[in-house]
Order: sequence, then C-alpha cells, then structure tokens
Amino acid sequence: MSDQKQPRYSLLQVPLKVVNVGLEGFAQDLQHHGAPVLHVDWAPPARGDARLADLLSKMGS
Amino acid sequence: MEMIEQANAEALQRLLAGDPVLIDVRPAGEVLADLGDRTILHAGPPIEWSRMCGPMRGAISGIAVFEGWAKDLDDAARLAAEGAFGFQPNHDFDAVGPMTGMTTASQPVMVVENRTTGNRAYCTINEGLGKVMRFGGNDAEVLDRLRWLRDVLGPAMGEALRQSDGIPLKPLIGRGLTMGDEMHQRNVACSGLLLRALAPDLARVMTDSSALAQALAFIAGNDQFFLNVAMATGKAITDPVRNIEGSTIVTAMSRNGTDFGIRVSGTGDEWYTAPVEMPEGLYFPGFGAEDANPDMGDSTIVETVGLGGFAMAAAPAVAGFVGAGAASDAALFTRSMGEITIGENPEWTIPALDYQGVPTGIDIRLVVESGIAPTINTGIAHKEPGRGQVGAGVVKAPLDCFDAALKGIADRLGIA
Repeated sequence: MSDQKQPRYSLLQVPLKVVNVGLEGFAQDLQHHGAPVLHVDWAPPARGDARLADLLSKMGS
Repeated sequence: MEMIEQANAEALQRLLAGDPVLIDVRPAGEVLADLGDRTILHAGPPIEWSRMCGPMRGAISGIAVFEGWAKDLDDAARLAAEGAFGFQPNHDFDAVGPMTGMTTASQPVMVVENRTTGNRAYCTINEGLGKVMRFGGNDAEVLDRLRWLRDVLGPAMGEALRQSDGIPLKPLIGRGLTMGDEMHQRNVACSGLLLRALAPDLARVMTDSSALAQALAFIAGNDQFFLNVAMATGKAITDPVRNIEGSTIVTAMSRNGTDFGIRVSGTGDEWYTAPVEMPEGLYFPGFGAEDANPDMGDSTIVETVGLGGFAMAAAPAVAGFVGAGAASDAALFTRSMGEITIGENPEWTIPALDYQGVPTGIDIRLVVESGIAPTINTGIAHKEPGRGQVGAGVVKAPLDCFDAALKGIADRLGIA
C-alpha cells in the first residue's frame, strides 16, 4: 500500500458539489456545514409497495 | 396502457367541456329523484348512525326537528338511533352538501345544469358563517335561519333565476380565480359577482322592499355564499365523467367526518374509503386542535375539478387563513397538484402562474406512484354536536383510498 501513488485529485481537496436524492436530512446536514447541495425530492414508486408498483407498471404509469 | 390513456383522455375532455349554469332553486323533494320520506342525505360515503361523528349527529338531530320528524333534539337523536330515519349520501342523488351536508325534502336546493351534457346537480343554500347546521349547529337560531331560507330566500332566488337565462358559472369562476378566490375557503369575489348577477332579478320578483333588503344583505354578508354554488358546479361537471371503462380519473372525493371516500370513473359509483384525517390549520380565538373534528364534507368536489387546494396559487390570502404557510408558498401547492393531474383547464387560469390553467383530472396512478396526496382546503368543525365552526385548515386525502382504488380498477381490467 505504501508504494501506491496518491491520486492527483482527491474528492475532499476540491470544493464539494452535492446532489442529494431522497432523504432530505442528508442534504440539511451538508448545508449546515456550508456545502452547496441540490436536493432531489424522490421516493420509491408507490412508497416501496412492490404489489402496487407492479400494478402501476402494468397499467402504464 | 393504451386503453387507460384513451379512457383518461375522454375523461379529461368531459371535465373541460362542462358548461355549468345556475338555473333554479327548488325544494329538494321536488327535484331529487326517489328522495324518500324521512330520508336524510349527508356528506361523504355511506355511514350508519353508530359510526357518525359528533357534528354529523348534531346536524341530523337538528334537521329532524326542522322537518317536524322529532319534537326536540333529544327525541331526534333517540329516533335516529332506533333507525327511524334513512341515511344516504348526497352523491347518490346528484347532490352535494358542505361539511355535514344535510339535505332533506323541504330544504331549497340550487340547481346547476351542465349544458354540455344536460345533467343537473344540486346543493343547498349556504347558511353563512359561525354557528350553522353544516358545522353541526342545531339550536333555535340555526333552525330559524333554515326556515327563512326555505320560506323566503329559496323561493325568491328560484323565481328570479327562472325569469333569467340562468347564470353561466364557468366564466364567473374564471373571473373569480383572477380576483383571488380558490372557491373552497375563499369565495369573496365570486359571491360578489353572483350577487351582482342575481340582484336585478331578485329585485324584480321581491316586491316587499324590506324582504328584498334582507335577502341582499344576507348574500352580501356571507363571503362563502358562493361555496355551495361552486360545489354544485363541481358535481355537474364530474357526474358525466363517471363510468368510462378503464379510466383512472377521480370523479368524487368526499368525507363524512369518519371516512374519506373517493370514486373513480372506471369503477362507477364504488366508494374506496379510508379513515379521514385531521386538518392542520388555524383556530378561532378560544379553540384549538383538541376541539377539532376530523375532516368532513362533500366540498372536496371543488378540488376534484381543480379548484380549492389545487388552485391555491390563485388565492395567496388563503394560504395564511388556513395556516398553510406564507403567501409565496401558495404556488407550491398548485404546482404539487400538477404532479397528480393529467391536464390543465385553459378556461380557469391563475395570473400568478402566468395564466397556467388549474390542475385538472386527478389520476389515481399518479397519486399512488408519487405518494403525493390531493391537498384540500377546509373548514374545521367542533367535535361536539351543536358547537359549529372552530377554524380552517388544510388536510390531505388519505393515500389508502387511492391504493384500494388502483387495486379495484386493476381487478376490473383483469390485471393481476
């Protein structure tokens, strides 16, 4: 391990640009630390109910 | 699925083509087909006395005394518990009613005709604010007002409307939207516009000037007078959308204070129900959430046609009144409802959204998939009989209704 080269660019050595999908709490935490965050309000189709999601796929939604 | 898309396109076309006109006011017993003796129509899906909430029971007791079917409120409650009265939903009689939604034979109902399809819908006259029967009020003041509506204002409005060509409601509502109404918790503009259209004919038929003055003052003094007209409008528009095979578009949303129910075009008059939710809102001085009854009324028919909570962006003042946030948040509600509807109404537009039409045609598939529930602006009744209104707020339609309806229409279409 010790002879591996350091990557030229490290994720945490440049300003972060974050897209957060789903749980808004993660976005809020980053915002509190000053990181710019684009939050995407997303949830699994039919709130994760597999039966309803299957019906929706067959009914063309 | 092509069949569903075609069915929903037809449903949307019918919703947008509706041409509601206020044409008459008549006793319910004359115009509601098959309204039986000692039958009380109520808001929401079917419910029996034992499951009714406090204000619904209070209103039923009051209306039974009003109709002369009981000697006092206690007698009425006893008779109701013994099964002396028939209880049926307004929706089964081409009618709608706000909050408790009491409709009985001698009450005057406004008649709205959909001139595109010829069907008619009915709703009682709005009683005003405060202690009123629609919020469960039932004392002498409430019953006296109902008698005046039955004996004076109802007949006069009916005669005035019959002498006119009727009052076209689609353009009137369109104008109201541009004047800050959303037609559920704010009807200030449309009530004024209706009074302006009605007053000359009322003056022609009411020869007693003091009675005329009382009638005009009653309408002018009630900012929610138009609500019941808007409700009959919604019913007249949605009834022709029923029974389109394969359509997943909602044709009615309604609550009885215990259950929330929806109807979907492709499954006809089947109710899909779930426990009704509590509104979140603001309360009149001296009242709080501990006093509130769960959500109630047929008035959600206005949301079903894209008004009320769906048109919140037209009425930023309502956002504050119902405790839904800042005026600038109002547009968010309307945009959110755009996620669960399949079209917009080009004749009902919202200036603040660059004249975008109100979101129209609730598709249960979109509701279930997104988890976004229809937003409803509503009044809040006291949970005890006879107390009346205690506030106003916003409530969500329970998603379980839409889940059940999706399964119901899938069964009907043979989709496993």
